[in-house]
Amino acid sequence: MSMVNWFKYASPASFYPLAGKLIPFFSAITAILLAVGLWISFFMAPTDFQQGEGYRIIFVHVPASWMSMFIYCVMAFWSALGFILNTRLSGMMTQALAPTGAMFAFLSLVTGSLWGKPMWGTWWVWDARLTSQLILFFLYLGFLALTSAIDDPRRRDKAGAILSLVGVVNIPIIYFSVIWWNTLHQGATVSMTKAPTMAHTMLMGMLIMALAFWGYTIAIVLKRVRCIILEREIASEWVKKNALE
Amino acid sequence: MNLFSTIYCMARRDLTLALRHKTEILTALFFFVIVVNLLPLGVGPDPKLLSKIAPGVVWIGALLATLLGLPRLFAHDYQDGTLEQLSLSPRSFTLIVLGKIMAHWIVAGLPVVLITPLLGIQFNLSGPIIGVLMLTLVLGTPVLSLIGAIGAALTLGVRGGGVLLSLLILPLYIPVLIFGAGAAEAYRAGLDMTGYLWLLAALDLLALFFAPWVSAIALKVALE
Amino acid sequence: MNLSVKDLSCQRGERLLFEHVSFQLEPHQWCHVTGENGAGKTSLLRLCAGLSSPLSGSISWGGVNIPDDLDGFHKDLLYLGHASGLKEELTPLENLTLMSQIDGQPATEDAILSVLSFWGLAGREDLPVRVLSAGQRRRVLLSRLLLKSCPLWILDEPFNALDKKAINTLYDLLNNHVSQGGLLLVTSHQPMEMAEGIVLSL
Repeated sequence: MSMVNWFKYASPASFYPLAGKLIPFFSAITAILLAVGLWISFFMAPTDFQQGEGYRIIFVHVPASWMSMFIYCVMAFWSALGFILNTRLSGMMTQALAPTGAMFAFLSLVTGSLWGKPMWGTWWVWDARLTSQLILFFLYLGFLALTSAIDDPRRRDKAGAILSLVGVVNIPIIYFSVIWWNTLHQGATVSMTKAPTMAHTMLMGMLIMALAFWGYTIAIVLKRVRCIILEREIASEWVKKNALE
Repeated sequence: MNLFSTIYCMARRDLTLALRHKTEILTALFFFVIVVNLLPLGVGPDPKLLSKIAPGVVWIGALLATLLGLPRLFAHDYQDGTLEQLSLSPRSFTLIVLGKIMAHWIVAGLPVVLITPLLGIQFNLSGPIIGVLMLTLVLGTPVLSLIGAIGAALTLGVRGGGVLLSLLILPLYIPVLIFGAGAAEAYRAGLDMTGYLWLLAALDLLALFFAPWVSAIALKVALE
Repeated sequence: MNLSVKDLSCQRGERLLFEHVSFQLEPHQWCHVTGENGAGKTSLLRLCAGLSSPLSGSISWGGVNIPDDLDGFHKDLLYLGHASGLKEELTPLENLTLMSQIDGQPATEDAILSVLSFWGLAGREDLPVRVLSAGQRRRVLLSRLLLKSCPLWILDEPFNALDKKAINTLYDLLNNHVSQGGLLLVTSHQPMEMAEGIVLSL
């Protein structure tokens, strides 16, 4: 029974209203979680005795990094699904996810750099994590550039799917090679891992922020998918009848 | 048998074509030489510094030189309709693509390897280090052509294709750059470098197995 | 072996070109695809050649869905499209040698030379295609009709740029192919002067 339902929603015409119903729900969750998360990170989490108040930026930085990596994997998942099942929705989902992923990757870089300045006295260090985050950001840019340069929607979907799958195969290799490179040139960099000393409240703040980002991603992606669906199916009957009322 | 004849037939065709445009090969090679030679002008002529950064610079040059010829890898065949005919061949399209990639490497990668000793002398590198650098280039540049073919196929006929191709492909070149330049560096530091060479060889196999196949799929998408 | 097209729909960009097109082509039969400019003639031919995939519907060759055995289908197919399909820098002889290898039916130099002289191109075999006229290029391309032996021909505007004499030669070839049990799917903006065939208007 569940199989039938899934395939029903794989068609844009039936996904469009479903997405419309889900958006307010996820927006509300995002607002609540974001309020709680920010409150924890600003008022409940203790001041770090080494890093002072400046460290609080990690409540944005760490979840943003997680999301940027996770979203790329989700894009690859949709791409693979698109190739196997040949559903039109997959390509739309992949393209709706990409800008948000790029945004989180960028946010992670900016917050990392803002955090780095008071910690290490420099805006940028060639740390393995920062470097691979930068490369991930480049991969997002490549995806966005490619999909926006292709006019034909069918080719755009397929080319985007191939690129994101090639990217997801390469990410572990790139990550491994960057770590390798980093250990070879040790001494020049400072490790950003502070995990062992992380307090309980801090971890909770981060998790709640991460959940808030999840909610935000789902809401904004559904919103964007609805726009893409309208754009592509503008000529079809169901759009004229139902969606444009 | 059919496997090799397909690859050979395509590689020979592309090499014949390349030989009728010798200037294109030479342009890419001179581009490589000039990029590498600009560096001392940028950072100063200190021999110690230059010999330290030389492997990295040679590798960056090799990356850019490979990239230069990539947009043409499929573009001519796409415009004159021969790519369409090739995709209609009863022979495996993946192998046809592999033949083209091999020709691209012979035209773009191999000259870079062969001219490296000359640059090594300019940068005051010792003989063994030049040898190691050439070895890494021999192992690494095929990966550049193979991965590059995917980018060339994805951007085929797309507006702004050439620049777009660089944006897509350069991040994927990072592991090759790291292992390639790293091996020479490790050798100079007296460290064991066999690990790097094995990793490069592994990348070769991986790329050889996947890249022609993925490129062929991307080309069929472009031809639709 | 027959070509069977069922309920085919095709979309180009965001525009629906045609829908619910069905027809069947048996040996000894030929089909003339007609329609206005932009009606989707070329798109239909490309779909039938397995170059693109339809929005819906199916095409089968000898009862086998084309995508299921693409290489096998391509063995039986000769498709000549709008583009020249020739390398400008290579000579007609080199071009045809290469295409015959790619087709999996390598032709000897003598065979190619005799086909070229059949098309009135004797003496041109060693010139680069670049210096040939449009009509001469077209004839080089049409030489493949004689070099690859296969049952299904799909030809997109094969008469383009040909002079009266070459047009008659081509008609002879097409008639001969069909009468010997071949199948022909063709577009042409001029009426086809051939024995009765299927007409498909888009």
